[in-house]
Parts: sequence; C-alpha cells; structure tokens
Amino acid sequence: MGKPSDLVQGTLDLLILKTIALEPMHGWAIARRIQQLSNEVLQVQQGSLYPALHRLEQQGWIKAKWMESETGRQAKFYSLTGAGRAQMEKESANWSRLSAAINLIVSEA
Amino acid sequence: MRRRNRIGVRLRMLVQRGRESARLDDELGFHLERQIAENRAAGMSTEEARAAALRAFGNPALLRDQARATWGWASVESLCRDLRCCTRTLWRSPGFAAIAILVMALGIGANIALFTVVRSVLLKPLPYPDPARLITIYENDTDTTHRDPYLPIDAASFWEWQRATRSTAQMAMISPWQQYNVSAQSGQLPEQIDAAWCTWNFFSLLGVDPAYGRGFAESDDRPGAPATVMLANAFWQRRYNGDPGVVGKTIWLDAKPYTVVGVLPRWFVYSGSFGGNSVEVWTPVRHDAPPDLMRTYGDHEFLGIARLLGGATQAALVSRLQALQHRIAIDHAGPAVHNSISARSMLDDAVHNYKTPLYALLAATGCVLLIACMNVAGLLVARAAARSKEMAIRAALGGGRMRLVRERLVESFALCVAGGGVGLLLAWSALQWLVHVRHDMNRVEAIRFDSEVAAFTVGIIAMCAMFAGLVSAMGIGGRHILTHLQESSRAHSGGVARAQLRRVLLVMQVGLTVVLLVGAGLLLKSFQKLRATDIGVPVDNVLTMHFSLPEARYKTPVQQVAFFEQLIGRVRALPGVQAAGLVSTAPGEGWGGDHSMSVVEHPHVAASQEPDLMVRGAEPGYFTAIQLPLLRGRIFTADERLERAHVAVISQSAAQKIFPGEDPIGKHLHDDYGGSNYEIVGVVGDTRWWVSLPPNPTLYWPIYGNDYSFATIVIRSIGASGREVESLAMPVEKVVAGLDPDLPVSDVQTLREAIGKTTVDSEFDSVLVLAFAVIALLLAAAGLYGVLAYLVAQRTTEIGIRIALGSPRERVLWRMLGDGLRPALLGLVLGLAASAAVVKQIQSILYETQPLDPAVLAAVAGTLLAVAALACMAPAWRASRLDPMQALRTE
Repeated sequence: MGKPSDLVQGTLDLLILKTIALEPMHGWAIARRIQQLSNEVLQVQQGSLYPALHRLEQQGWIKAKWMESETGRQAKFYSLTGAGRAQMEKESANWSRLSAAINLIVSEA
Repeated sequence: MRRRNRIGVRLRMLVQRGRESARLDDELGFHLERQIAENRAAGMSTEEARAAALRAFGNPALLRDQARATWGWASVESLCRDLRCCTRTLWRSPGFAAIAILVMALGIGANIALFTVVRSVLLKPLPYPDPARLITIYENDTDTTHRDPYLPIDAASFWEWQRATRSTAQMAMISPWQQYNVSAQSGQLPEQIDAAWCTWNFFSLLGVDPAYGRGFAESDDRPGAPATVMLANAFWQRRYNGDPGVVGKTIWLDAKPYTVVGVLPRWFVYSGSFGGNSVEVWTPVRHDAPPDLMRTYGDHEFLGIARLLGGATQAALVSRLQALQHRIAIDHAGPAVHNSISARSMLDDAVHNYKTPLYALLAATGCVLLIACMNVAGLLVARAAARSKEMAIRAALGGGRMRLVRERLVESFALCVAGGGVGLLLAWSALQWLVHVRHDMNRVEAIRFDSEVAAFTVGIIAMCAMFAGLVSAMGIGGRHILTHLQESSRAHSGGVARAQLRRVLLVMQVGLTVVLLVGAGLLLKSFQKLRATDIGVPVDNVLTMHFSLPEARYKTPVQQVAFFEQLIGRVRALPGVQAAGLVSTAPGEGWGGDHSMSVVEHPHVAASQEPDLMVRGAEPGYFTAIQLPLLRGRIFTADERLERAHVAVISQSAAQKIFPGEDPIGKHLHDDYGGSNYEIVGVVGDTRWWVSLPPNPTLYWPIYGNDYSFATIVIRSIGASGREVESLAMPVEKVVAGLDPDLPVSDVQTLREAIGKTTVDSEFDSVLVLAFAVIALLLAAAGLYGVLAYLVAQRTTEIGIRIALGSPRERVLWRMLGDGLRPALLGLVLGLAASAAVVKQIQSILYETQPLDPAVLAAVAGTLLAVAALACMAPAWRASRLDPMQALRTE
C-alpha cells in the first residue's frame, strides 16, 4: 500500500523487518531484540508493535506461523516474505539517505 | 504473487474472523505472560509483576482494536453491527416496525404490480419475430368527422391493397368476431364459440408456427376447398384435453364437417382493439365467408394486418393506401364506401384503450408510494427525535456524523427491504387476481415477473430507503449538540422545531392525497353516470340469451322461422315469464350490424348523403317484452313474415334524421345491400347499443324472414313475484334443448349484467383509484395524528403551566387542533391546485363528467377536513384534559 509513512512509523516498520530478517520471531522477542540491539535506547511500545505487525502482515511483507516457543507455549512467529525483503532494502536505503542528510545538517551546526 | 497472498490474508480475516480474534488475544496474552515472567525474575511478587506488566502493556482492549483495525473490513464489521443493532431496536418496538413495513409494502407492492402490468401490456413488444414491423390497417371516412378513425375494412378494397403493395408489405385480412356452434361429439355438450376468419397467410405473416399439425396453405383458402380449421391452444386444452391426436380428425362447426389441420401454440393470442383474444378456432376466410362479402366494398367485416418488407416505412405504406382508397371511393361510390385508411402498429392497436387508464393508475400508485415514503420518513424522524439526547451525547463523545447518518440509513434500508419483500408478495397476489378477473383485457396473458421487474423492485426499494433515511438523517444536527442537551434537560417548546420537518412532509402528503381523492372522485362519478345511463328501456328483470341455427340443418327460411316461432311460443308459456321476444341484438349488447338505406320518396339525395341505419331483426312481441314505447303507427305483425316481411319500424332519432318535418309512416326505405324496399309502419323510442355512446338511428324489420338464422331471446320476468329473473335461465334452456338437443345457447345473462360488462373498465379504474386514495387518506390521517401526538407530548409541561395559570381548556383544545389542522389546510390548497393541472390527463376516460366537477372537489375537501379533524381530535382532546400537577411532574 503506497501509503506515505511518517518517520516514526516508517522507522518502526524498518526495525521490525530488520529484526526478523535473520530468523522468525514472536512479538515479545522482537520487542526485546530491538531494545537490546539499540542498547536499551529504543523502547518499543506494545501499543504500536502489534498494530504494526498486523499491518505488515496485511500488506504481505511478513508472514506469521504458530510455533512452539522457547517456553513450550504456542506463539505467533513472524518471518520475512520475499516482498518484505525487497521492502526492507528499499526502506533501509531510504533511511541511510535520510539519516545521512539529517546528520549533515545536525553536525554542521 | 504478493497480491494473491494479500487477497488470501484478507479473505481469511473476513471468513475466519472469530478464529483470528481468538489468536490475536492469544498472541497478546503470550506477550503479557513473558512480561510477567520477566518481572518475577527481577524479584517482584506475583501480584506486583502482574500489575507492572499490565501497566507497561497499556489497555489490552484498545490494543486489540487497533490491531484488528489493520485487518481491513472494519467498515463491513461496523455495518453488520449497525444492522444487528437496528434489528434489535426494531424488534423491541414491533408495533412501529409492523406499521412501517406494512406501509412500505403497500406502496412498493402497488408499484411493482402496476409497473409489471404497464411493462407487460403496454411496453413489451408483441411475441412475434420483428414485431415493430407489424401494423394493423383500418379504413377511415374523412367525410364523417364524428366517428372513430379506426373502422373495419371491406374485403374488396383489401384485395386491391394487397395487389398494389406486394413489393412493400405482406398483407393478411382477419375477421376476429365470428361465431360457430360446435356440435355435441363424443360426450361433449354443444357450445357456441368465438371464432375468426383469416386469409391463409395470417400466421406465416406473424411468424407463428403451429404447435401441432400445419398452418393454412393457399389451397385451403378458396371457396371450393375442403373445410379446414386451426384450434387455439386454450380451446384445444379445454375441449380436447390437449390431445395431439385431434390433428387430422373432423370436428363439426355449424353442423358442417371441418378437418383440424393444426393447433396454435400456447403463447399465441391475437389481441386487437376490436377484441379477438377469446377466439377459439380460426378458419380460412375465402372458404368460410359468404362469396358476396368477399366482393363488396360496402360491408366492413374485416381488419388488415401488414408486415412491412425491406426498407418500407409505415408512413409510405399509409400514404400509398390512402391514395388508393381515395380512388376506390370514387370508382365504387356508395354510402358505405370509405374514402381513406388509417393504421397503427399492432401493439398500439392491442393496447391503445388501456394506455390512459393504466398510466393514470401508475401515477396513482406512484403517489401512494411517495406518501408511504413520507409516512415512514415521518415515523423515523419521530424516532430520531425521541433519541435526540442520545444522539447528542454520542456526538459529544466523538461519534462521527457519517456514522450517525449511516445508522439512520441502515434502519430505513432494513424497513424498506422487509416492506419490499412483503410488497413483492402483495404484487404477486394482486397480479394473479388481475389475470383472473380481467381476462377480457388485451395482452393480459403477457403479464409476468421478469428481470426488468426484478431490477425495478431493487431500484424502488433502494430509492425509498434513501429517501426515508436521508429525510430522517436531516434531523441530525451535528453542530447543535449543546442545544439538544439543554433542550432535553428542561422541556420547553424547543421540541416544536424538530416537528417542522414532519409538518413539511405532512403538507406534501396531504397534497398528494387530495390529488388522488380528486381523481378517484371523478372516476367514481363518471362510473356512476355510466351505470345510471338510460339505455332506452328498463333494464331490471330482463334475461337475454343467444343462439344461432346452423344452416346445414336449418336450410330454408321457412324452417328457421318455424323454429323461432315454436321456441318463443313455448318460452312465453313458462311460469314466471311476463313477456318474451326475439331480437337479433338486444340494447346495450353491441353494434349488431348496419345497412345503408335510401329513401324511395327522396330520389335526389347523393349516394354519400344516404342514411346509414343500425338494423335489428325483431319479432313482434319483442317491443312489449323489452318495453320499448311505440310513438307512432304500429308494430309489424306476426303475419308479416318471409316474402311479406318488407315492413319496418324506425327509431325516433332515425325519423328525425331522415324525415325532418315529415311523417315517416307510409314512406319506403330501399336497402342498398339486399336490394328490397321496406314500408315504414311505425316509430319507436331510441335505445343505446353501447352504454357510453349516444343512440344510433335504428331500423327494426321482422326477424321472421330477412335472412336471420340467429336470435337473442329476451325474457322479462314478473318482477313483483319476487323471483329472480336468473332462475328462468334453466327452464328456457330446457325449452331450447327440447326443440333441438344439439343447439347451444350462449351469453346467458341479465340485461344488467350485459351492461355491467361494458362498464367493467370504468368500474375497475374507479374502484382501484378509490382504493389507493383511501390508503393515502389513512396514511395522511396517521401522519397528522402522529405529528400532533408528538407535539402534545413535547409540550406537556408548557400546556400544564398554561392550564395551571388559568388558560381555559377549550382554548387549549382549539389551539392544538389549529396546530394540527394547519398543515392539512395548506396541503388541501396545494393539492387542489395540483389536481386542476393533473386531472386533464384523465379527461378521455371520463364519461359526462367535467375534470373540475365542483361537487367532487367539494366532497374531497369536506372528506379530507373531516378525516383530518378526526385524526387531530384525540391528541388535542388529551392536551386539553391534562392534569396540570401531573404534567408539571412528568419531568
């Protein structure tokens, strides 16, 4: 859906896609992983995580599968689809360009 | 690929919504569990861990809704919710729902029924191949202006037309008003049936292939050919039990053998403006019609049917034939030779007489539907008004305006769909009834539901729902939330403003009702005039029946006269018979034939100025039996028969027309057709041959002679004896059977019934429009009552205060009554103005009634005001009886 996403939302989508690119993960693990990798800087709110996951699934970028989790309970694991990978690369390049530009301005001042 | 995946996901979300919801809860629950587990690992107690996790997690319900919102279908989901909610609310007020659905059902049902009739009868092409190229051709006489321009044609002219237009049109000639006696055969009773003559090419011209057997061939259609007949499907089913083996067999018509060559298909029914849909057998015209009739220009017994060939147009054919007929009128000058022709499409010919009444009825049902819509809209507005506080609160809490409007639309859709469903059933039964009672109507067999009717039904339901829904939604004032909240906190007259919309609807309703009432009143008055028309003789206690002697068994005039005389003698001897007589055609029972005559004593009158007289054969006792007054001279005697039958009695109008200022007695009339002279011996009163048409100048000559092989028995019973005249039918039929067991008697009916048949159209139209008008009046009354009752309820406190402060109760009563009657008065004025413009459209179906008949208008105004006052009385009375203490406490 070619909906223009604002920075924050677009960023969360990118973070999710990046996180599950390595292996299928459930929501809780995705939140934890983002927190850890960002050195506890990025706290993902559940209020935005799950709607984002469901939206990405509806858009066909990620797919979900119910599997047994590490605690032995059934959990919903998300993984990247082919289209999702392409989207991740696109958003990733977008982000590099954007952050570089912002950096230029911020470090100059 | 991705698209397909996405569609798959979406569909899953729609179809397996319940399972997906459970999974979502599961997913969120898992998250919460992990959070609790982590908190406990960090050293919190179970309680603390749970509380902290929930705190971090936020509102689970909101979270779930937000996730669900990404699934799509949110609009469908909320629509379903609205629908469920609205069904529940409607279920809780079954009275309201039932009334609204019934009102819609009446409106929609009437419209579906009328639309089906209009479409099937007036608009659907005839069921023949390329029906647009079929036209019916009539003759016309431009010298006499007072007559219908569509007159039957003569055979001699037709043959000339056929020769002259061979390259541009195929032409057939038919005579669909013949009759035959079918003899008793294999256990069946003898009966008289309607029949038609046709040229052999009639069915091939239309493109009708027989269901069994073959059509007519050219060799069947000549004077010396073996007698052949084709059976109409209904007759074949009825009399021969649908046995295909009847093809090739012999049946007896008028005591002569005919070979059945074919059976017509079930869908084929010929309909024209001169009837024909009751025809049961078809025979070739050149074989069956008298040879003289085939050669004359002066006797008009036929209709022409043409199929245009190639690029020929109707206009070109008509102008070609008009020129031809003009020349024929000069070459073969005679009083009955017509000088022009006229034509119309075969479809138009079949349905022309139904156009105005059917469109008038359609307009009437349209009015009823509009009124029904306004009524339901009014009810919805009232419901919305009762819930205005709730609406205001919802709006204040952020309920979207569209969402609130949608709720109203959903409600009105639910009502209209239910009403439409019931209406469809009503329409179906109405059509069954119509087909049953009006089989005399042309093309009634074509009436059926088809895809266009289905589309119309869906369309009309949608339109009604949008109308009622949007009108009621107009009442949702998005910007005045506070007003509503304040208004309902303290009841003062602010609620009156909400009723404004309903008042406007009411004015329109009353206006439309007035238009309908005026239309119904005019049609009723016209019908009453028609029923009260004096046809020239007293119609009560008179029984008529018809028979026709087959020439094969009654070969000579002597035999025929002997039968007539014997029969009427025996009938007169029956107990209960006051008088009886024989006549060729009784008054009010049809045209019965005409002859052009010349006056022997006026030798210098041009042929075209000669009188054309309606001719009746009568037996001397007929005049006493029918009570036709003798004005001058004498009636012919029973002795004046056979070769001495050259005497005549003429009607008063004939005497005035032919012999102005002269004594007609003793003068002689020369019959141009038969060639004999008749001495006028008497003058009798005028009679009408058709109720709604003025009397024609008529000549009576003895039925004992003058070539009559058929007669109508006219029996007047002793009225005072208290016995119904119908009870004489059986004894008279027994007398006929006693003289000739193979002679069928037909059209057994009282004179009143016969006249009733000719006024059935008028009766049908007026009764239906009256029914619609009454429905409209009831709806309008209900609307008036509803609005005033609502106003009174809204103003309970105000009225209570007024009464408490000493306002006289009568004043309250009048005030409320005036409030309620104002829209009725306004509607009445608007409706009367609209009627003045509209009723001109139905003038052509009114009989001796002016479109702006003051009595009808006064009656309508009176009825409407009386009903309105009645409807307003109850709420106004209730208002004036209010107990002020109770009223003030109702807050």
